[in-house]
Amino acid sequence: MSRFSAPLVELLGPVLLLVAAAAVAGALSSTQQLEFENALVMAAIVVALYVFVGNSGVISFGHLSFAAVGGYLSGLLTIDPQTKSFTMPGLFPFLAHAHIGVVLSLALAAAAGGVFALVVGLPLMRLSGLPAGIATFAVLGITYNVLYYWGKVGPGAQTLSDIPEVGRWTLATGAVITCVCAFAYQRSRFGRQLRATREDAAAARASGIDVYRQRLLSFTLSGALAGLAGGLYVHQLGLITPDQFYLDLTFVTLAMLVVGGSGSLWGAVVGALSISALNSFLGDAENTVHIGFRLTLPNGTRLVTIGAVMALVLILRPSGLTGGRELSLPRRRA
Amino acid sequence: MNWGQAIADAIALGSLYGLVAVGIGLVFGVMRLINFAYGELITAGGYVLAYTSGWPPVLAIIACVAAVIALALVQERVAFRPLRRSGATPATMLVATFAVSFLLQAIYLLAFGSRGQIVSTLGHLNTAFTIDGVDIRWIVVATVATGVTLLAATAALLNRTSIGLHIRAAAADFRTARILGVRANRVIGFSFVVAGFLAAAVSVLYTVSNPLVQPQMGVPITIFALVGVVVGGLDRLWSAAFGGFAVGFVYGMCGDLLSSQSSVYLPSVVYGAVIVVLLLRPAGLFAPLRARVVERV
Repeated sequence: MSRFSAPLVELLGPVLLLVAAAAVAGALSSTQQLEFENALVMAAIVVALYVFVGNSGVISFGHLSFAAVGGYLSGLLTIDPQTKSFTMPGLFPFLAHAHIGVVLSLALAAAAGGVFALVVGLPLMRLSGLPAGIATFAVLGITYNVLYYWGKVGPGAQTLSDIPEVGRWTLATGAVITCVCAFAYQRSRFGRQLRATREDAAAARASGIDVYRQRLLSFTLSGALAGLAGGLYVHQLGLITPDQFYLDLTFVTLAMLVVGGSGSLWGAVVGALSISALNSFLGDAENTVHIGFRLTLPNGTRLVTIGAVMALVLILRPSGLTGGRELSLPRRRA
Repeated sequence: MNWGQAIADAIALGSLYGLVAVGIGLVFGVMRLINFAYGELITAGGYVLAYTSGWPPVLAIIACVAAVIALALVQERVAFRPLRRSGATPATMLVATFAVSFLLQAIYLLAFGSRGQIVSTLGHLNTAFTIDGVDIRWIVVATVATGVTLLAATAALLNRTSIGLHIRAAAADFRTARILGVRANRVIGFSFVVAGFLAAAVSVLYTVSNPLVQPQMGVPITIFALVGVVVGGLDRLWSAAFGGFAVGFVYGMCGDLLSSQSSVYLPSVVYGAVIVVLLLRPAGLFAPLRARVVERV
């Protein structure tokens, strides 16, 4: 029996956690609701990152460029054309005139993220190690630079606003979709081959695995999921600037992945939700919370605590909170 | 703006990034760790200088050096040594240095505020003298002189002293070096001291031209130097230093010569060039032809 239920637990654990987060959010004040919604989006981004970084063991600083492309595309396509002609007169015509629904725009965001990742990955997946990290970072730098200055693809340094917002169930569905894709991928032939290259590239190559091809496939899928997650992000916030898809979020999402445990889907979701929860709790505590007693933290302690917790977890448990293992039910010895 | 002045400024910027590159490369050599929190050492030095602006410059600089070296040792002792002992993967170590960098920035923000502090210790070095109609600021001369002196001193230290020999042995093969009696903690601690000293020198020089010290001041410096280090080639100090110098020089030249209209996409051009270099020469621009990539992260 456990042969069939074990994989199910691996998928249901993360999914139920996300659904629970969305359900709990309904019972809370509107500020806290926003924080829970943000946590769902973070989970989607971290899971997208996990598909490549976790399975391949190659670090990528560039995934937010795919999220940024997906996010900006999805945002621009859903804004009322009249508003756009007013605020962004220089847009490409197809962006200026389009007006589609959120769900369709999210699908397009995923497609755009995937195509961008494929184009970038074709040359870059030949690299590994630090050069790969720096090269993907260079991609992020270029994306940021272009979004910041090019008036044909957005409002540049100005805020892209008036984006239709979506509710927490749409966000939860999006996050669950990324989980299901990540799960299906890691259990597929391709996912297993890539994990083999992570453990020992030379041995994997000797067993007939094409490292470049497996990495490229994973990078493309991961880019598509990041595009979707970026779309969720802009529809959650309702407004966006290029800075929100740059260094800070890159480091925070990578840290979430490693803190949770970069070797497993469960770790990605746990990392994203636990750091988000801590962040949200500390943010509230700076304006006084009641947890049996009144707790008021001075302003600025939130970031210090988050940084200290991330550093501590990495030092004390370098394989992450989950140890890089998937969720499994406690097993009774026969 | 004329050529002579642009070249002088670019050489100064290149020297500065060269120093940062050596600081990062030295620690990478013995520990196989890219310390992303290196920029926060430079920021710390900046804050010390800002709060000692009334002191005589020599004392302020001594305080700055002492504080930065102390912080470098704290980083090593509190964060990186336990990580090394726990056998963390290189990717985890790298992300851990992000976390340290993030934490230090948060502490600076809490302690010193977001608006920034002004350094005026060596402000008079911003005055210029003229050769053949080219205005050269004294800080440019000071930066280049300090850069060359410190690089030479580091090279002498590595090549002429026994601790330098130990560092080179550890960089070549850490495990074998330990078996042969090189003390790991001593070598690593010492390279953090040297790296901290270099960071303090960068703080002193950098804050003359950019006197506003903010919590995130060190981040762009680290990123550019890191790009330079990887482009130049990580496995040897001089190639890392050249890479840092090259990135700083190119950036300085372009920033000075291009108008602000056409320079907005300059970062894209630099990053694009970085990608091309990495694809053609993954082990670095100045690495030997057959060199392999040293480290997988």
